[in-house]
Amino acid sequence: MSMPAETQVAEHTGEHRDYVGAKLGMWIFVFTELILFGGLFVAYGMYRSMHAHEFHKASGELNITLGVINTLVLLTSSLTMVLSIVAIRLQRKRQSMIFLASTMLLGAVFLVNKVFEWTAKIHHGIYPGSEHLMARPPGERLFFGLYFGMTGLHGLHVTVGVVVMSVMLALVARDKIRHDDYIKLENTGLYWHLVDIIWIFLLPLFYLAA
Amino acid sequence: MSTASEPSFYQRQGIASWLLTTDHKRIAILYLVSMMTFFLVGMTLGAFMRLEHLTMGPTIMKPTTYNALFTLHGVVMIFLFVIPGLAASFGNFFLPIMIGAKDVAFPRLNLLSWYLFMGGAAIALSSLFTGSGPPDTGWSFYVPYSVKTGTNVTVAVLGAFTIGFSSILTGLNFITTIHRLRAKGMNWLRMPLFPWALYATAWVQVLATPILGITLLLVVLERVFHLGIFDPAIGGDPILYQHLFWTYSHPAVYIMILPAMGAISEIIPTFAHRTIFGYKAIVLSSMGIAALGSLVWAHHMFTSGMSEFSIIIFSLLTFLVAIPSAIKVFNWVATLYKGSVELRPPMLFALGFVFLFSICGLTGLFQGALAVNVHVHDTYFIVGHFHYVMFGGTGFAFFAALHYWYPKMFGRMYNERAAIVAFVPIFVGFNMLYFTFLVMGLQGMPRRYYDHLPRFHSGHIHATIGSWILVAGILIMVGNLLLGLFRRTTIPANCWGGVTLEWTIASPPPTENFAVAPVITEPAYTFNPVAKESA
Repeated sequence: MSMPAETQVAEHTGEHRDYVGAKLGMWIFVFTELILFGGLFVAYGMYRSMHAHEFHKASGELNITLGVINTLVLLTSSLTMVLSIVAIRLQRKRQSMIFLASTMLLGAVFLVNKVFEWTAKIHHGIYPGSEHLMARPPGERLFFGLYFGMTGLHGLHVTVGVVVMSVMLALVARDKIRHDDYIKLENTGLYWHLVDIIWIFLLPLFYLAA
Repeated sequence: MSTASEPSFYQRQGIASWLLTTDHKRIAILYLVSMMTFFLVGMTLGAFMRLEHLTMGPTIMKPTTYNALFTLHGVVMIFLFVIPGLAASFGNFFLPIMIGAKDVAFPRLNLLSWYLFMGGAAIALSSLFTGSGPPDTGWSFYVPYSVKTGTNVTVAVLGAFTIGFSSILTGLNFITTIHRLRAKGMNWLRMPLFPWALYATAWVQVLATPILGITLLLVVLERVFHLGIFDPAIGGDPILYQHLFWTYSHPAVYIMILPAMGAISEIIPTFAHRTIFGYKAIVLSSMGIAALGSLVWAHHMFTSGMSEFSIIIFSLLTFLVAIPSAIKVFNWVATLYKGSVELRPPMLFALGFVFLFSICGLTGLFQGALAVNVHVHDTYFIVGHFHYVMFGGTGFAFFAALHYWYPKMFGRMYNERAAIVAFVPIFVGFNMLYFTFLVMGLQGMPRRYYDHLPRFHSGHIHATIGSWILVAGILIMVGNLLLGLFRRTTIPANCWGGVTLEWTIASPPPTENFAVAPVITEPAYTFNPVAKESA
C-alpha cells in the first residue's frame, strides 16, 4: 500500500494538500473530545468514591445484555470503518462504499438499542428529576444523572458520526475521496474510533460496576 | 521584496468577498472589527457601573440592573474581547506571514471559527432581550445560583459554549500551521516570539477549553433536566463546578495574556533597534507559563473549602508561575539597555504594558499567599488585580499591537501625535481607576456590591473620575485610528525598521503574502545597522 506524498499540490486546482497536517489537526481535535468527556469521568470518579455502595446497587438495574450487544455492534462498526479505508486505498470504490454504509447501519443499530434502553428506564420512572428517582438515595440519583448525561453525550457523538459518514459516502460516490486522496475518510475513521473507545470505558463504569 | 504591481488583499470588493473569504488577513480584519465593537460595548457597560457608584444609594439604576450589568460587562469583555484577543485578530493576520506561509493550515476552518464566534456572541447577547431578563450571576456562572436563578442563564451559557468551540478550532489551526507551514530554514529557534507565544496559547486553548465546554453544558443540563451533578438538593457538589470551571478559566487567563506578551516581544526590539535579550528564555517562559498556569486553578477557591494540604500545594504552584512571568519582564527591560529607544506610539503602549503588568504580577503574589488571600477574597482588590491583568496587560498590549501593525494591516497611518495624546489619559485614567480599587479592596470594599459604605465614598468618586479620563482617552484613540483610515498616504514596506518577515512585504500585503517563498538563514531579530527605510 503506498502512502500519499506528505505534501502535494494538485495541479488542476493549485490547491494545497497536506496529508500530515490534516491528520495532525484531527488528532488534536480527538484530544479535545477526550478532555470534554474527561470532565464527566472526573465527576463520575468523584461521586463513585463518595457513594460506592449506591453506585454498585444502581448499576445492577442496567441491562447488561443490551450493553454488551451495543459494545459488539460498535466494535464491529470500527472494523467495517477500517475496511472501508483499506478498500479505498486499493481503489475498490464499491467495496469501500458498502463497508462505509455498513458502519452507518451499525451506528444506527447502536442508537436504536439505546433508545429502547432509555425508554425502558424512563418507563420505570427513572430519569433525571423524576419523583421516583428523587425518593432514592443521593448516590443513586447521581448514578442515573451521570448515566443519562454521559450516554446521552456519547449518543450525540454517534449521531454526528453517522451524519458525517453519510457526507463521506456521497464524497466517495462522486470520486471526491479517491485512492490518492482519502484523508477525509481516514479522519472520519479516527473520530469513529474515538466514539468507540469512549463507549468501551462507559460499559464497565455503568453496566459492569455491579 | 514584493513589487508594487501586486494587488493588495483588499482588492476584491463586495460584501460576499468578506463574508465568504478564507484569506487569513481578511478573517483577521473581521475579528478585529467585531472585537473592537464588543470592546466599546463592554466599556460602556463598565462606565455605567462606575457611574452608579458616584453617589451612595441609587444613582442611575436599580440593584437588579447593576447585577445584570456586571454579568454582561464580564461576559462581553471576557468571552467576546480578551479570549479571542490578540490571537484571533493579530495572530490570524501575522502568524502565517511571520513564519513565511501563504495562509493557515485550515483556511475554511478559520472562517468557521469566526462564524462560531459571531454566532456565540449573538446567542450570548440575545440573552439580554429574550426570556426572563438578562443573567445576573456574574461571568463565572457559579452554581447553585446559576441553576436556581430565573434569569436567562441557559442562553448566555450556550453562547459561551459556542465561543469556546471557536477558540478550540483557532488553537487547533494555529498548532497545525506552526508545525507544518514554517518557511524553509525557519527551524523552531528561528521562529519569532509572537508565533511562539501563539503556539503556547494554542495548546492551552486546545487542552483547557473542552473542560469549560463540558462544565457549561452540565449547567444547561442541570437547568433543563435536573441532572444533579452540581445541585446539592439532588446530591451533587457545587465545589466540583468551581474546580471544573477554574480548570479552564485560570488557564484562560494565559490564553488572554500570552499572545499579548508575544506582541510586546515584537514591539520592544523594533523600537529599541536591538535584538531581543534572552530569546530562548522568553520561548521557554512562554511554554513554562502555559504548563504551570494549567496547574494553579484552585487558588481561586482557597476560601471554598479544600484540604489544607491541597491549599498549600496550589499556593506553591501559584508562586512558581511568577518566575517565568518575571523572566519575561526582565528580558524586555534588558532589551532596552543600550538600545536606541524610540518613544513612538506602539512603544509607549508597550512600556505602559510592562509597568502595569508588573503591578498585576505583584498583586497576584499577594493572593497566592494563603493568609492574605482570605483577607482580600471577593473584594475590590481582586477586581483591581484582575483589571491590571486583563486591561493593563492584554488591553494595553492590544492597543500597542494595534498601533504597531496598523500601517501594515491597512496601508494607512494614524496621526502619531494624537496617538500619544490619547495614551496619556488612558494611562493616567487607568491607574486612577484600578489602583483605587486595590486600595479600597484592602480596606474591605466587597466586589459586586450595588452600594457602598460612607468610608469608601471618596475612593469611589476618585475611581469614577478615573473612568471618565480613561474613556475619554480610549475615544480619542479610536477616533484617531478611524480617521487615519481616510488619510491617503503610501506606507513603505518597513515603516518602523522591524526585522520580522511581515516587514519584507508590501503594506497592505498582497493576497498571496509572498511572491517568492522566503528562505530563512538567520535567527530572528538580527538587526542590521541600516535596515530602516525612510518613512
